[in-house]
Amino acid sequence: MTLATTEFVPAEVARGRGGGGPAPTRIVVAYGFWIFLLSDFVLFSGLFAAYAVLADQTAGGPSGAQLFHLRNVFIETLCLLFSSYTCGIGALAAERRRVDHFYLSAVFTILLGAAFLFIEVSEFAGMVSAGAGPSRSAFLSAFFTLVGTHGAHVTVGLLWFVYMIAQVWVKGLRAHVLRRLLCFSLFWHALDIVWIGVLTLVYLMGAR
Amino acid sequence: MDRDERVFDDRTPGVEEHEPSASYLSYTVGLGLAIAATIASFVVSQTDLLWPPGIAVGLVVLAFAQIGVHLVFFLHLGSGSDNTNNILALAFGVLIVFLVIVGSIWISASLHANMMDMPMTAPH
Repeated sequence: MTLATTEFVPAEVARGRGGGGPAPTRIVVAYGFWIFLLSDFVLFSGLFAAYAVLADQTAGGPSGAQLFHLRNVFIETLCLLFSSYTCGIGALAAERRRVDHFYLSAVFTILLGAAFLFIEVSEFAGMVSAGAGPSRSAFLSAFFTLVGTHGAHVTVGLLWFVYMIAQVWVKGLRAHVLRRLLCFSLFWHALDIVWIGVLTLVYLMGAR
Repeated sequence: MDRDERVFDDRTPGVEEHEPSASYLSYTVGLGLAIAATIASFVVSQTDLLWPPGIAVGLVVLAFAQIGVHLVFFLHLGSGSDNTNNILALAFGVLIVFLVIVGSIWISASLHANMMDMPMTAPH
């Protein structure tokens, strides 16, 4: 009679449900970060719900159809999509220890993310100077909170990525630096998913 | 060899398969599909290609399709048995997001409907 718990389980059959012992650090770190990202989605779900409820409460002020410029929004979307793409390509290059490819992708990722932020900030500045700031109506309060929170995430992401590039520069592509890069690329892709919701609910439905 | 550099015995979001060309291809295919879904969303919202009352539904369907593309091609979430933990966590996240959004809209719409008979301004 053998005890099941003492049986040796080769790594090839371990599948994250206790068999084969603890998972590698990288798996545990990324899984934990995935849980954080899901909690971030829950944060955004509250802001989406608030926007959906308040979108028609313009208090006599301008509506989305009068304020939104879909051409700019389209450019913003493409900036984020390509930024996500170059970020993923950069993560692949880092895993394969091609540090020059990583730096090249990183430059594109940061430039595209900064272009997105520039368009968003100029949109906000234009709205505020036209008297459509967050205090104008419940619709605009919800709009600036939702879109601004996404923009704040992008800003933090850019700062984080600059910090990660400095780490790659100083420490090289060590295992723990690669784990941090993996977390960053998950964060950057997750922001794209939130942006799809913003694009659909706020801009495309609001500009009709 | 560092234990992190061994062959992975599990999958996690963002970790790709072991064939290098396949993962570059995965990102490129994902980018193409995401751009196609984005353009389709703009076309649907700006033209009368769809039956007008159905446009909102069409936009939501396209948004979910694009989110699916991002999850599969960028975050590498698959349906394999080695992805169970990630999918279960995602399912729980989706449940909470769904409850918050749909519940808020439902409750507020119900409150709004019940308020309609009240005068909008206080009587003088």
